[in-house]
Amino acid sequence: MAGKVRATSLGSEGKRQSMDTKHLDRVVIRFAGDSGDGMQLTGTEFAKAAAEAGNDISTFPDFPAEIRAPAGSLFGVSGFQLHFSASEIHTPGDAPDVLVAMNPAALKTNLKDLIDSGTLIVNTGAFVEANLKKAGYASNPIDDGSLSKYKVHAVDINHLTMAALDGSELSNKEKGRAKNFFALGLVFWMYGREPESEIRRIYQQFAKKPEFGEANVKVFKAGYHYGETAEVFQTVYKVPPAVFKPGMYRNITGNEAIALGLVVGAQLAGKKLFYSGYPITPASSILHSLAKYKNFGTMTFQAEDEIAAMGAALGAAYGGSIAVTASSGPGVALKGEAIGLGVMTELPVVILNIQRGGPSTGLPTKTEQSDLSQSLFGRNGEAPLPVLAAKSPGDTFYCAIEAVKIATRYMVPVILLSDGYIANGSEPWPLPNLAALPRFEVVHRTDPSGYFVYQRDPRTLARSWVIPGTPGLEHRIGGIEKDALTGNISYAPDNHEKQTHVRAEKIARVAQDIGELDLSGGESGDVLLVGWGGTFGALRQAQQQLAAQGKQVSHAHLRWLSPLEPGLAKIIHNFKRVVVAELNMGQLRQVIRATFLIDAIGLNKVQGQPFKVREVIDSIEKQLDTKHTEPAAVAAQPLASA
Amino acid sequence: MTEAVKIKLSKKDLESDQDVRWCPGCGDYAILATVQRTLAQIGIKRENTVFISGIGCSSRFPYYMNTYGFHTIHGRAPAIASGLKITRPELDVWVITGDGDGLSIGGNHMIHALRRNMDLKILLFNNQIYGLTKGQYSPTSAIGTRAPSTPTGSIDHPLNPISLALGAGATFVARAADTDAKLMGAILQEAYQHKGAVFIELLQNCPVFNDGVWEAVKDDPAGRQIALAEGKPLVFAGGTKGITLGPGMTPQVVDVGDGPGKTPVSEIMVHTERGSMLYANLLAQLVQPDFPIPMGVLYRHDKPTYGELATQQVDDAIAKQGQGDLNKLMYSGMVWEVGADGTRH
Repeated sequence: MAGKVRATSLGSEGKRQSMDTKHLDRVVIRFAGDSGDGMQLTGTEFAKAAAEAGNDISTFPDFPAEIRAPAGSLFGVSGFQLHFSASEIHTPGDAPDVLVAMNPAALKTNLKDLIDSGTLIVNTGAFVEANLKKAGYASNPIDDGSLSKYKVHAVDINHLTMAALDGSELSNKEKGRAKNFFALGLVFWMYGREPESEIRRIYQQFAKKPEFGEANVKVFKAGYHYGETAEVFQTVYKVPPAVFKPGMYRNITGNEAIALGLVVGAQLAGKKLFYSGYPITPASSILHSLAKYKNFGTMTFQAEDEIAAMGAALGAAYGGSIAVTASSGPGVALKGEAIGLGVMTELPVVILNIQRGGPSTGLPTKTEQSDLSQSLFGRNGEAPLPVLAAKSPGDTFYCAIEAVKIATRYMVPVILLSDGYIANGSEPWPLPNLAALPRFEVVHRTDPSGYFVYQRDPRTLARSWVIPGTPGLEHRIGGIEKDALTGNISYAPDNHEKQTHVRAEKIARVAQDIGELDLSGGESGDVLLVGWGGTFGALRQAQQQLAAQGKQVSHAHLRWLSPLEPGLAKIIHNFKRVVVAELNMGQLRQVIRATFLIDAIGLNKVQGQPFKVREVIDSIEKQLDTKHTEPAAVAAQPLASA
Repeated sequence: MTEAVKIKLSKKDLESDQDVRWCPGCGDYAILATVQRTLAQIGIKRENTVFISGIGCSSRFPYYMNTYGFHTIHGRAPAIASGLKITRPELDVWVITGDGDGLSIGGNHMIHALRRNMDLKILLFNNQIYGLTKGQYSPTSAIGTRAPSTPTGSIDHPLNPISLALGAGATFVARAADTDAKLMGAILQEAYQHKGAVFIELLQNCPVFNDGVWEAVKDDPAGRQIALAEGKPLVFAGGTKGITLGPGMTPQVVDVGDGPGKTPVSEIMVHTERGSMLYANLLAQLVQPDFPIPMGVLYRHDKPTYGELATQQVDDAIAKQGQGDLNKLMYSGMVWEVGADGTRH
């Protein structure tokens, strides 16, 4: 990008070396190795360093479901992709510029994504016959010329790690485990990152096992110095800081932010938070976070199963708490009947679905958006409820607050959708000004005069939230259809129809509390790209790139899926084509077709991976091509493998 | 300090305005009346009392109590009640369930509520049949039960509710018959005072689908029941028969008295509610038709409840870390400032 400048870099031994420094606007780097190689830690630490240096970042951890898959196997490869940039970015990047491959299996499974002439750092120490065989290599790719189009740096990280720890009292196995810190040190050097704060972090992280902390620091330094001294690396790359809006920032993942949002949401409502869950990937870490927030009065409950987690949340809501449960698709399926009870008894509960690939156990650690239909329709009977989806890690904070607000204001269970990509991905997040967040204080009715259980607020149609402990208001609720006023059991035909309509109308009225549609581009044009949830970054970036070329393309991001964003109806008919992009077979597209009676086109991908910006651009360009006469897809059209 | 005024209540004060819709002759009527009468005698605060049920005939119970009530879904009452009790420890939470609801579809929730010593009072109406779904055999039905779903007789073995409750960790375990208002009232009084997981098996008659299933026990209380009393021997039949432990720790029925072929009363097992788990389990194994059934409080044990421990953890966290400060929480982790020039400082 920018021109080369001569610079000096100061080695920690005080040795000065002349180096080239090359300025880059952005870099996508991927660390790949065995699931026991510590690639997630390496990636996370390097992301911290990038954030610390003021870059905009976006991360994409991508790991197998097995905790420690057999060493060297193809299915056991764990990866962490980091996009760091001097300008604003929305995605972890389409293709890595740099790949760090810790073994042959990691090389085999990731090389196809590396850009042509990309930088490849391989740990030659792991390229031994057994590993090559496991990865299906007939010959060693490092020697056979098959990597000639890449800038290959062959480094025996295994050996150098052991050498750095020569004389250490750790076992060879323990020493070997430090090798990810060698890789980390090396890339620190390559991108001119300040090693001191990382060294501090390592000591902190291993404070309880100082011998490991010491070893990791030694190996980290060895990697750093190797970069400095080995003649193969002649260039230090600099990605200058990005320009952000002024303010305080922190790095945050989706699951961290959603937990904070729930704590803040409960406080804004003036209530205590109760959170129940059952362990499931990728939702569990929300429970882990909240379990640490007890001094906020937060109560967490690890239930015996998913149904009990939902049941306990209903019980807590009945008692007047801000009740939340979280799971992923399989767990939400189990909760279905109890969610229906929440719809029937009109109790405020927030249900988080951190989506993963399905059906059944599916792809536990991979991302997908295939639980939208489940959220909208996955209960017996006519059981509508509000559904919203977060678009990015930091956005989950605000979505969580909004979910709490709508649940308590409308007395209804609310489903908030996130996904594995948002949950584990991280980004720099401007810290909110808590004092400026509007409060939505919950008031429980205490006046017994003229009380009826299903008497409704004229604006929201919510019934009053009367909680046990209130004298004179003793009443009974339950899952059997209730009289529209008194709440007594009623099987009357007209009453059931009335109640069914009221429950639907209540959800429709949530629209009055939904903000403006998030639209990028004009209110009319050739193509309207519609998306929801975690695909936001890729779709928005694709639209912006096309718009910059003068294309008449707009992007509508839907935060609310039920009720549908009211702003969409106003513009959707102003476009020649509507493309609905989702990581599923077309679940939102079905809704849009049914709602607006338009021939919406699907852009669908079900590979357990997020959209690449390129894929979205290609698809829209096809639609912009006036000669393109292919009929709109009725069935979903999976993308050809990239 | 003024002395707490006991609330004067009558049974009528605990009756809701709803018509009771059980079949004529259903054992549930007697249970409802005894619960209402006993809670009135105790002088409960109606507003602090919540009845939570699942699905089944017995689970209509909350509609008839003039307290707070929540008729939930099949088997899930213990889970819903747990969420309420954890967050609102000052409430008295009663769970009404049956042998199908509590031991079949909701068996898991039952086990875990008891295991956690959740401060819930669980009344399990055991009629050995599914009533509301028209008479299928239940997990407590005797083997060979002929029902619409088992026209040639059921082939699965029944489970023993008391054994299950003891094994799961209930800290107050008792049994009474639906029509024995005196004993049930006394047990409910004790249960009300107990802190922890209460499990009471109520032998209940379903006149439509399983009429007379407990008849032998109920019609001959002297011969077919052991009235448990603290510190008293396990005797029945007017004190002429008793229980001793034979070889292999096998309980056996013996004739009590002095003389040949008789066992002196001093050798009869003596009941203690706070006995070992082994003893309580032995009582649980006294079942028809080989033994008379022990009635009353079988087991009692004091230990901290889940709710107490959960509240304690929150209190400890506040004492140790101070009342949560949201700003501090938001600013935890790696935080940095971006200055007016848009770059990091």
